Amino acid sequence: MARSNAARVGAAAAPRSTPAQPAPGRAAAAQLDRLIHERVRLGIVSALAANEALSFNELKALLRTSDGNLSVHARKLEEAQYVACRKYFDGRVPRTEYRLTAAGRRALERYLDHMEALIKAARVG
Amino acid sequence: MLAPMPAHGPLRRSSGPEPTPPALHDRALDNLRFIRDTMERAGSFTAVPGWGMAAVGATALAAAALATRQATPELWLATWLAEAVVALGIGGWSLARKAHAANDPILSGPGRRFTLSFLPPLVVGGLLTIALYRAGLVAALPATWLLLYGTGVVTGGAFSVRIVPVMGLAFMAVGAVALLGPAGWGNWWMAAGFGGLHLLFGVIVARRYGG
Repeated sequence: MARSNAARVGAAAAPRSTPAQPAPGRAAAAQLDRLIHERVRLGIVSALAANEALSFNELKALLRTSDGNLSVHARKLEEAQYVACRKYFDGRVPRTEYRLTAAGRRALERYLDHMEALIKAARVG
Repeated sequence: MLAPMPAHGPLRRSSGPEPTPPALHDRALDNLRFIRDTMERAGSFTAVPGWGMAAVGATALAAAALATRQATPELWLATWLAEAVVALGIGGWSLARKAHAANDPILSGPGRRFTLSFLPPLVVGGLLTIALYRAGLVAALPATWLLLYGTGVVTGGAFSVRIVPVMGLAFMAVGAVALLGPAGWGNWWMAAGFGGLHLLFGVIVARRYGG
């Protein structure tokens, strides 16, 4: 699944026919999923799309953000059920692990559709 | 870079969509780049094959034990060259297997960057092996191999998780000690580096980064 998303990002502007293609231009911008439009949340979703699961510390290092910032944004994604969070003990050390849910993956795909539509619209215009 | 865009977009030209402001277009491109870069960097968490490295370490220890029993420098060299072929096979196979398991195309993103940074020092190592052998300096080979392999891992690992360049530095440190230490200890530095360091870091990577 990561491969398909990565390939899509790499070929961002390749013409595709998507049944539910959003309207390009400002209308598309208005429909943006604000939940994952924010940089840290977009980073969390993108990183999890490339991995089955990542720990809190791995995400923190990857996105170069603080504990508090990551925690707040991860919780918002969790509330929207875009990511699933699992807390467990590795020996005596508490660990937090995140995974992307099917809804989260669909949200990322919709977001990619939006970005592609905006780019195509600019070319057409 | 993103793929070149088609000259003629397929979107509803006839219905006349409102042209996207350039700033919005640039932001969209920037967002796509951010997503791709994040996915690639996140991919490096799974790219390096830990168990493969540990297996290479085990074969290197066996090769060190075999090499020390060889009567001539030529046989000693042949033993290590055979080990290099085995190690490259194990390393390449386990890298491809792990990349495949993580749905990470090996020839794009982190895999390609690692390979492009890792290979040049290995090629130089191959050429120096020929030159040093012809000059009768077989005793200098262990330090050369350890230093150049370490260099490749440091440069390739610059794009990976931190433990990979740290492993490269450890190889360079063992190589430096081998370079300055007694010539007769070369085989043991090889065992410590290609055997011990691969085993140690391989197990750490495998346990922390998914195999």
